[in-house]
Amino acid sequence: MRNITIGQYYPADSILHKLDPRVKFLGTLVFIVSLFLIKGLAGYAFVTVVLVTLVKLSKVPFGMMLKGMKAIIFILIITVFFNMLFTPGEVIFTFWRLTITKEGVFQAFRMAVRLSYLIIGSSIMTLTTTPNQLTDAMENLFSPLKVIKVPVHEISMMMSIALRFIPILMEETDKIMKAQIARGADFESGNLIKRVTNMIPLLVPLFVSAFQRANDLAMAMEARCYHGGEGRTQMKPLRYEKRDFVAYILMLAFAAAAVCFCIFGGGWI
Amino acid sequence: MGIIKAVKLCFDYMKYGEDDSKVERVRAIDDVTLDIKKGDFIAILGHNGSGKSTLAKHMNALLVPTEGTMWVDEIDTSGEEEIWKIRQKAGMVFQNPDNQIIGTVVEEDVGFGPENIGVPTDEIWARVDDSLTKVGMLKHRKKSPNRLSGGQKQRVAIAGVIAMQPECIIMDEPTAMLDPTGRKSVLRTVHELNEKLGITVILITHYMEEVIDADHVFVMDSGHIVMQGTPREIFSEVEKLKKYRLDVPQVTELAYELKKSGIDIPAGILTRDELVEALAEKYAVRA
Amino acid sequence: MQLELKNVSYTYGKGTVFEVNALSDINLAIEEGQFIGVIGHTGSGKSTLIQHFNALMQPTEGKVLFEGEDIWGEKYDRRALRSKVGLVFQYPEHQLFEADVLSDAAFGPKNQGLSKEEAEARAREALAQVGFPEKFYGHSPFELSGGQKRRVAIAGVLAMNPKVLILDEPTAGLDPKGRDEILDQISYLHEKRGITIILVSHSMEDVARYADRLIVVNDGKIPYDGTPREVFTHYEELEKIGLAAPQITYIMHDLAAKGIAVDVHATTVDEAKKSILEALAGKGVCR
Repeated sequence: MRNITIGQYYPADSILHKLDPRVKFLGTLVFIVSLFLIKGLAGYAFVTVVLVTLVKLSKVPFGMMLKGMKAIIFILIITVFFNMLFTPGEVIFTFWRLTITKEGVFQAFRMAVRLSYLIIGSSIMTLTTTPNQLTDAMENLFSPLKVIKVPVHEISMMMSIALRFIPILMEETDKIMKAQIARGADFESGNLIKRVTNMIPLLVPLFVSAFQRANDLAMAMEARCYHGGEGRTQMKPLRYEKRDFVAYILMLAFAAAAVCFCIFGGGWI
Repeated sequence: MGIIKAVKLCFDYMKYGEDDSKVERVRAIDDVTLDIKKGDFIAILGHNGSGKSTLAKHMNALLVPTEGTMWVDEIDTSGEEEIWKIRQKAGMVFQNPDNQIIGTVVEEDVGFGPENIGVPTDEIWARVDDSLTKVGMLKHRKKSPNRLSGGQKQRVAIAGVIAMQPECIIMDEPTAMLDPTGRKSVLRTVHELNEKLGITVILITHYMEEVIDADHVFVMDSGHIVMQGTPREIFSEVEKLKKYRLDVPQVTELAYELKKSGIDIPAGILTRDELVEALAEKYAVRA
Repeated sequence: MQLELKNVSYTYGKGTVFEVNALSDINLAIEEGQFIGVIGHTGSGKSTLIQHFNALMQPTEGKVLFEGEDIWGEKYDRRALRSKVGLVFQYPEHQLFEADVLSDAAFGPKNQGLSKEEAEARAREALAQVGFPEKFYGHSPFELSGGQKRRVAIAGVLAMNPKVLILDEPTAGLDPKGRDEILDQISYLHEKRGITIILVSHSMEDVARYADRLIVVNDGKIPYDGTPREVFTHYEELEKIGLAAPQITYIMHDLAAKGIAVDVHATTVDEAKKSILEALAGKGVCR
């Protein structure tokens, strides 16, 4: 339960930690898009080198990033499985009614690499950026939307509060579950409908507590003079430094390379 | 006029029936008058449901009186215009440490208040450094609040209030959910702030031991202030306190029991040293 | 022997780099009908320990025996065990979920496979035993006061008719009267129904008053295990591990240091009073 990496900032003193969160946010987007553009073995080698460099630069133990993978390992296996079996093409192996094609193997490989790089790439962002910085970045990047009356500040405030409370609610779920098991509750056996009704003793207390917390928090925020985004200053205002411009240039170069690999890449992967 | 003053304050809330229509008026605070001197350490005692938390919420305009008036630093809390000024002057720390920390990093949480009242960036940083130092949490500034102990979280919450540069801090059962170590660290911090910075402290609690060093104690029961005085005066009335679902520190209780059994020692003994001295004296006289 | 731990160790994240020893090589035997106090600071391993008693946690090494049977044996019915060894968590009111008090208290017995009538009969009995007023049986548990909610939650575990009742800080957050009431009810259950009680508490005064055996947990081990009188003679060592003795112990030691012949092992107000009166009478203070 507690292994979820989302919103788990890993404090360290690295260049990536110091970068402006807007750079990291846009950088992650560019990285994700490029994952789906790149073709060819050379292309994948290139992304791998970039990713490894970023991991090294972040000074975050690689294990922390793999933790994020745990959550999607199931999806990963299914993706690999389906791609491997259901991609038509040159048959290389047949077993019972299952056939594996060359195209299928390559497709599965591509999907596995894309998915795991996507998770690692975004973990680098969340591990080196506090959720608050991240929401600040989004608030800033999306601020043009204020013109069309999108409540950008409120949304970003809601997101950062949600991020803060996810681990707390996780722990709480764990506690309530144990308390109900101690009262003989059964969360494991029975058919689907039975299982869903069995969740009631868990969900009701969880909702009650979440509302209580929301109420308390609203009061605490009011007591600390929170009254929306108006007239608010920022402790950590976003200001671009020299390194951020350098990062943007590198990002452009990376994007250009990705496009090149898209157009000229090929071969058998 | 003191820093916080209430005159004939009453507060009613509405209780809704099952069908949402049946409305009942419940008086949570009834005719409370008090005047708190700047720089004092005040304790408010009372059992659960005695109205002490409701009273506390009036002290920084989270609630406004149904009848009567509450002033914070001479500002009437019922006026809408100065509400942020009042909340800046009278900061509040709540019971549940988890439900009052907004930031995902300690220092960002401490900066939340100053951000809200429009303090310039450089000064926010200065204030955050300063307040974290004052509560002894500077070395944890980069940590996630989820990794702190209960006592540490409460000290972060206190730092968040200090960063607003308040005149007084109202603490609504800040130690109720803490272990003894956490409780001690929070109390030590609050006493230091009171002594060194002269910040007025209003501590709401039902741990009797926490009240001993207060300048003045109020006892509440069913919305009224039923007793007030120095800790010694309050704790010399053991039976009366028990009637209000309260207690006395164990030292006081022992002294009271001994006195009842005919040992002639002063009433309202608060500390272990006082009791030991008093008994040693008796012993020496007879020996 | 009712409950036995043999060489029990528990390691979090076994086999990873994050390995943490929460319990190491614990040996413990609990006899039927004991009233045991468990003390230890936050993070000492006491929560992990009590969750081993009803198979909520499985030891990474060693055995847990209930009435001589290995509870992690292949065919052992652990769900049935959980009704024999009831565990009331800290802030148990957070687990309430039913629409009315009676149904909530009947949740446990219903899970045991009892009919609705039988389960409700058990619930009624349990609610009466914790002193919950009958007129509120039909109320929503969420409308009750903190103290009443707590009673309903304890009754919910009690209704399963456990032979052992483990309570993790059952008085946290309650006012002094509420604390006394809950502890008196627990003590009553122990005496009248002969239930083995395991009480985890931060209050040395409470465990001294109610428990006949004290288990100290520190750093995943049990450094002291004995009667409160025995354990609290180690008050200096207890302080080193973030604990303390009841205030009374300190007073008695102070008095002894002044040359007054009192019983330094006294741990409760009553014991202390008796001993002091005797000491002073020996010198003729009392008539």
